[in-house]
Amino acid sequence: MFSWDLVANAVVAGILLGGFYAAVSLGVSLTFGLLDVVNIAHPAFVILGAYAAYVMNSSFGLDPILTGVLFTPLFYLIGAGVYRIYYGSFERRGEESLRGLVFFFGLLFIIEVALSLKYGVDYRMVEAAYIGKSIDLGGVGIAFRLLVPCLVGLAMTLALYLFLSRTFYGRAVMGVSQDQVALRLMGANPVRIKTIAFGLGIAAASLSGALLITISPVVPSTDRDYIGRVFAITVLGGLGSIGGTLVASIILGVAESLMATLFGPSWSLAVSFGILLLALAVRPAGLFGR
Amino acid sequence: MTRAKTLLGLALVGAVAIALVLGGTGVFVARAADPIKIGLGMALTGGLSANGKPALMAIQIWKDDVNKKGGLLGRPVEVIAYDDQTNAATVPGIYTKLLEVDKVNFVVSGYGTNLIAPLMPIAMERKLTIMGILGLANNEKYKYPNYFQIQPSGPDPEANWATGFFEIAAKQNPKPQTIALVGADAEYPRHAIAGARELVKKFGFKTVYDKSYPPSTVDYTPIARAIKAVNPDVVFVASYPPDSVGMVRAAAEVGLQPKIFGGGMVGLQFTTVMASLGPMLNGIVNYDFWAPESTMMFPGIKEFFAEYQKRAKEAGVDTLGYYLPPFAYSAVQILGLAIEGSKSLDQQKVADYIRANEFSTIVGKVRFGANGEWAKSRVLQVQYQGVKGTDVEQFRGPGKKVVLYPEEFKSGNMIYPYSAAQK
Repeated sequence: MFSWDLVANAVVAGILLGGFYAAVSLGVSLTFGLLDVVNIAHPAFVILGAYAAYVMNSSFGLDPILTGVLFTPLFYLIGAGVYRIYYGSFERRGEESLRGLVFFFGLLFIIEVALSLKYGVDYRMVEAAYIGKSIDLGGVGIAFRLLVPCLVGLAMTLALYLFLSRTFYGRAVMGVSQDQVALRLMGANPVRIKTIAFGLGIAAASLSGALLITISPVVPSTDRDYIGRVFAITVLGGLGSIGGTLVASIILGVAESLMATLFGPSWSLAVSFGILLLALAVRPAGLFGR
Repeated sequence: MTRAKTLLGLALVGAVAIALVLGGTGVFVARAADPIKIGLGMALTGGLSANGKPALMAIQIWKDDVNKKGGLLGRPVEVIAYDDQTNAATVPGIYTKLLEVDKVNFVVSGYGTNLIAPLMPIAMERKLTIMGILGLANNEKYKYPNYFQIQPSGPDPEANWATGFFEIAAKQNPKPQTIALVGADAEYPRHAIAGARELVKKFGFKTVYDKSYPPSTVDYTPIARAIKAVNPDVVFVASYPPDSVGMVRAAAEVGLQPKIFGGGMVGLQFTTVMASLGPMLNGIVNYDFWAPESTMMFPGIKEFFAEYQKRAKEAGVDTLGYYLPPFAYSAVQILGLAIEGSKSLDQQKVADYIRANEFSTIVGKVRFGANGEWAKSRVLQVQYQGVKGTDVEQFRGPGKKVVLYPEEFKSGNMIYPYSAAQK
């Protein structure tokens, strides 16, 4: 069954999938990778973003990705609020490790149950002109349903990278991840910086949720499928490395796609996590970790 | 010592006398107003909740219907349900509580194969009569005589599941020769694919692709492309809702055009999925249990859907409810008919009655075979035809899901090949 045509298609499909994975993982890369906050509830915020896209799409016919963009300020505020509660209740008291984890687990279930109660448990999908269409470029088929999320994922990665490397607040976020005392000596408030960074991480969930519902149907419990994946990508890329997150996402996407096409899809996840283990054995800090 | 013995004896005699008097006045026997309790765990949250909630709603509708008519054996019916969270590990605890604390008279299973499996040992140990709701082949190993299952899989659940699909495929002219089998790495798809493999041999097809995929797969285009590369005449898919949607979309996107496409895709029966996929469904031949065709209008079904659809709108669950709800209703309907018929709440008597009789339900006539499955399979094969746009209303009437199999419920002819139905 091997053919170069199939390989080319699998690689392209993997890159498209990787772009989407990057979008979903960016928030975790920011909160877990840079801030050391084990926000296990991040995928639940992604699903919240997906439901926002669904509601606006089914009620007003709004494009899901446009909704994702429009809702980012609201998600930012939610994220900032969540971090303040987390900081006040756990981090300030030095109890963030296990109790903080339980806090985010609780948050995950609260979001899930709230969505179930409000919108029921039926599968939710969106409609958009690009869903269900594809183009053929020299024998390589590209589904718009995957192309659009990939492009948005790449744009999100680039925007976050530029923010972290070119702006004052971005550099402060990088600083807070390295040495909070030094940052304080520079006159910056680490808690405020972390609040901004956490808010941005959750704001990213608004967009990535919109991308998710563009690709596949969503129910409140869909978040559980992504917990392992996003943390694996963040660790593989190297904690705190935005570029690393993108590279790790694409590696996992391409590995899944190649396995599914050439050897059988049942091995795809096992191979992806095998790559993670192998990479960590060679580079314990991840591909781009310091 | 002697005096103490005398006092103890008197106390015992007194206690027995009081018990007899109270028993005679009915204090210890069930009063007419005491409800008959039916208990169950149901997936109200978690992965199967999209089906679990409508199933419980259907059971509640049955309870209300029965109570309006005076209950069972002159007693009202009460349903006690707990959320099993789609987690099999919660099932033993839930049913122990139902039996030990809530003192239910009968239990009904939760929804689906995975949630029925942990209930089987409990039911067998306590010799319970158990109504199963849409489990595939749960009793094949246990052979427990008091288990009855409402999904119309038939006496050989694995093979009967897809028999119609293969019979239809074998009848086409020219007869398709090659087949691709693909399914999720999960309980139901594994059973369905195992049955399909047997049918491939029976009907003389040649398998050119036989693979499974993890249920958490996000992108199905590589799978669709790999299947397209081997160019099968028939593609049989056994999948759960998210993967069913993924496979249908991926097939459309990569141009996978076998002569027959479908088989065992769960989810295509759900209203939101049908509405979302719209014309992409055209030509797909898939299993189903009920369709709004003239051949499927059994007594009571219209009234049931009128009530269900009213409640479903408020609860945010499957708005049409053609797939699971009428069968969940029928499961408890049969239990109720058996309690009335046997005039008993005894587990064994009720089980014996269910085994010996045929029941007229809202999903038609049901008789159970030796293994507790329907004595005769009635898994439908339907073909989506003439679906236009994404309006839900089009699925309310006949003609969009044409019943092809079995012959006695057939409501139209198959459009062959798959591509012809998509024009």
